[in-house]
Amino acid sequence: MRAFLRAARLDITESLRARWFMFYSMVFGGIVVLLFVFGLTESRILGFTGLSRLLVTYIQLCVAILPIFVLITTVRSVAGDREAGVFEYMLSLPVGLAAWYWGKMVGRFTVVFLPVFLAMGGAALWSEYSEIGVPWDLFMVYTALLVSLSWSFLGFGMLISSAARSPDVAQTGAFLLWLVLLLFLDLILLGIMVREQLPLEAIVAIALANPLQSFRTAAILLFDPQMVVLGPAAYVILDELGPRGYLAFALAWPLVLGTGAATWGYRLFRRGDLP
Amino acid sequence: MISFVTVSKTFKRARVLDNVSLDLAKGDRIALVGSNGAGKTTLIRCLLGEYTYDGKVLVDGLEPRTNRAQVLARMGFVPQIPPPLKMPVGELLGFAASVCRSDPQDMVRVIESLGLEYGRIRKLPFVKLSGGMKQKTLIGIALGRPSDILIMDEPAANLDPEARHVFFRLLADRRDDGIMLITSHRLDEVASLVNRVIEMDMGKVALDDRVADQVDMASRLLCRLTMNRADAAFARALGEWGFSGSGVEWSGWVNGPDRLRFLGMLSRYTGLVAGLELKEAEPCVA
Repeated sequence: MRAFLRAARLDITESLRARWFMFYSMVFGGIVVLLFVFGLTESRILGFTGLSRLLVTYIQLCVAILPIFVLITTVRSVAGDREAGVFEYMLSLPVGLAAWYWGKMVGRFTVVFLPVFLAMGGAALWSEYSEIGVPWDLFMVYTALLVSLSWSFLGFGMLISSAARSPDVAQTGAFLLWLVLLLFLDLILLGIMVREQLPLEAIVAIALANPLQSFRTAAILLFDPQMVVLGPAAYVILDELGPRGYLAFALAWPLVLGTGAATWGYRLFRRGDLP
Repeated sequence: MISFVTVSKTFKRARVLDNVSLDLAKGDRIALVGSNGAGKTTLIRCLLGEYTYDGKVLVDGLEPRTNRAQVLARMGFVPQIPPPLKMPVGELLGFAASVCRSDPQDMVRVIESLGLEYGRIRKLPFVKLSGGMKQKTLIGIALGRPSDILIMDEPAANLDPEARHVFFRLLADRRDDGIMLITSHRLDEVASLVNRVIEMDMGKVALDDRVADQVDMASRLLCRLTMNRADAAFARALGEWGFSGSGVEWSGWVNGPDRLRFLGMLSRYTGLVAGLELKEAEPCVA
């Protein structure tokens, strides 16, 4: 446990010192500031509606930005340390491989999740202070969804990082994964598949498997669950599972996926040569 | 204590270790020598549980790969190339001390005895230190923790003469405590530190021999040199050894274990040497 905590702490402090973390925090903090500046706290149709619109816009932006940020910064962690020669020394110390790997993952999760959450939390606190209504239930759901999304992509990142023998290969793999998942979002490739009348089961399975898709749908369904916004596949799934069922699925599935990918990555890491 | 039983390691198609069998016993101070690509580092990485391999590596019956925490808790390691760690030195020490369950102050004491001001480097990123400072820090971590197996890859390569002297003294203090494995591709660098030489060639053990164990690792020799004439290149070489003097008269200290290396350097300037006195001046402190 001591080694696990030390490994997590080490990764957190290393990340806090890194330039990518500064940039990453500024991007998410900047998004919230910009959304405030451009007045997205107000609905054009319904008038003033509190923070809901800001949160849903923020979460939509997170779908696009967060996964690639998480992937790019994570894939370098194992492959980069291996190539730089960090492993030869650090893993000569009496640290269990499980403690090192999972400590790194938990540490990395902390640093990728916190700025995203703090930007959102800061907006909520500011709204509370300014006596603008804060939809706390939405806030909680979005927080849980962000945890789920971050964890799943962190798991993918750790898997790619363990499998790739060089950071360049890892980065290319991460970018391809992100691109594929983005393309299989409901409104893009899935839309084409529906139009081309591919089997419904296949389309639904792809939509269900894609954590980006489940995150996006779950984020929207509490706010604007219409087919034109959700996309056809998500609309069908939502109709089957119902809002609560879909929400539960959207929270649990990425967690399962991320944990599965990270576990696979750990097996590869443990089985192969370390340096 | 340590057994390598028909250990082989292959990278893609290249066989880097080829059925290596060795037994290392308590009290062995081993020079692991061989040219580049002989398999020294691979053998060490197998011992550290960092590589997978065919055969068996056992440390008191335990496989390092599957009993990492137990086995590595007994091993102090100094790599040849320091890792490019961005963390401050203090954090590295804190991490190492915590996972090794040792007192960071013991590590600090060794670092300071090697002539490095810990207070000055504590907050500096490890990667920004000079080669010698990095080496001293890693030696401090390896020797400042309780370990009975020391594995050092060219450990004194970047040390100045004074730090080498302290380093040899520290090694002398632990000479019979356990096993010391020092790699080098030059035997003269480490000959005086060891009582056994293992030479590797093309992944095999080419030579495994005992050597006379008479050099006092903590000793120092006072050296006085007289030359036929002043020579700038020779003066520079002596300056690197910390000698003082000018023109034709020079004097300085040579660490006992460094005498072979010193005489090797001297041999390049034989024609210039008119007089040489080497006198053991400092008794063993071990």
